Amino acid sequence: MEKGAIKVWAVLFWLAVWQLVSTMLGSEILLVSPAGVLLRLWQLLPTADFWRAVFVSSFRISLGFLLAAVASILLGCGACCCKRIKELIAPAMLAIKSVPVASFIILALVWFSSKTLSTLISFLMVLPVLYSSVVSGIINCDKQLLEMAKVFKMPLFRRVRYIYIPQALPFFKSGCTAALGLCWKAGIAAEVIGMPTGSVGERLQQAKVYLDTPDLFAWTLVIVAVSLLFERIVMTLLKYAERALARA
Amino acid sequence: MRDIVLSGICKSFGETEVLSGLSAIFPAGKTGCVTAPSGIGKTTLLRILMGLEVADSGSILGLENVAVSAVFQEDRLCENMTASDNIKLVSPKLNDDEISAAMQSAGLIDCEKRIVSELSGGMRRRVAILRAVLFEADLYLLDEPFKGLDADTKSDVISFIKRKLFGKTVILVTHDPEEAKQMNCQYEIKL
Repeated sequence: MEKGAIKVWAVLFWLAVWQLVSTMLGSEILLVSPAGVLLRLWQLLPTADFWRAVFVSSFRISLGFLLAAVASILLGCGACCCKRIKELIAPAMLAIKSVPVASFIILALVWFSSKTLSTLISFLMVLPVLYSSVVSGIINCDKQLLEMAKVFKMPLFRRVRYIYIPQALPFFKSGCTAALGLCWKAGIAAEVIGMPTGSVGERLQQAKVYLDTPDLFAWTLVIVAVSLLFERIVMTLLKYAERALARA
Repeated sequence: MRDIVLSGICKSFGETEVLSGLSAIFPAGKTGCVTAPSGIGKTTLLRILMGLEVADSGSILGLENVAVSAVFQEDRLCENMTASDNIKLVSPKLNDDEISAAMQSAGLIDCEKRIVSELSGGMRRRVAILRAVLFEADLYLLDEPFKGLDADTKSDVISFIKRKLFGKTVILVTHDPEEAKQMNCQYEIKL
């Protein structure tokens, strides 16, 4: 989404609509009011369980993202170096992209512990997105610069450091933007189905079972906030990496 | 380095035959020029000598273990790097003083630390020329290197190239007979 696309007035408008509909329905179970959500969040904030759940889920989902980032770089480089590797990976990536996330979650529950579920699912959802961005970044590297490097017999390390990385990084960043939101959505969905103890997904599932709508909305707000924070951290780190590369 | 001997070089792109049975000798240690109207295969010939294209048939002798340097038709510089870093990219052993002196000779005053994307077309061209000339090579291939340079700048750059590449094997591709004359080309190959 373009920077500055979210305007305060528009947010206030939709909050007002939400409040209005909630008041008209007059039922906390059907639709809790924004004030009710904030009140529930305020009650959750001082509890240790809340922070433990946020930390556990954030750690597992972030780990899945980071593992996928590393794997996508390695596989992407391998695929660009060797056509056979690319051909070998293609069906697997297509399968990961096409199979519904729920199928993966159920299958993973059969094979693995529910504790590793959100890491595995966020890994699987992020991998094809970042893999495609790494491959596109390498493929779209300036051919003329690569020819120049070949003529001057530049060593591989210098080609990678000064030609490939600066040109592939914008593609990787763009892939990260798309993958970050995806990994949180998929990771939390996996937790809701797998219900690992002490996770955000488990709390969401409990909210559903007990028809605790304020809890459901409060936890959803927390997930949105944490995923936005994680996105900001990753994008800032990538920005610093880009600057450090330009300076070195 | 030995003379470069081309025998019966043919090269086609699809149905279009660009080089048909070209035979020529490029004597070692001399500056020569290749002239021809546009689209006759000058750049293709240089690309074959650079190892970027493979001839469909024919043979080339004298290019074994030869270090090649080149000025391409395009500048081919890393846009986000400084002029000095672009030169160091291919010649990491050069020190700042050597680069600075060379840049001054080519009329690039205080440009070492400027990002290439901020330089004018003529300045970028000179950075590309310096990158090639300062690179320690046996064979220098210059594909229309003075494109976009005004007469005075061209004259300065040619003097610098002649000084730096004296006694080296240089092949210049140009449309302009005056450039060949200024470069003191010792032979001419017409395609």
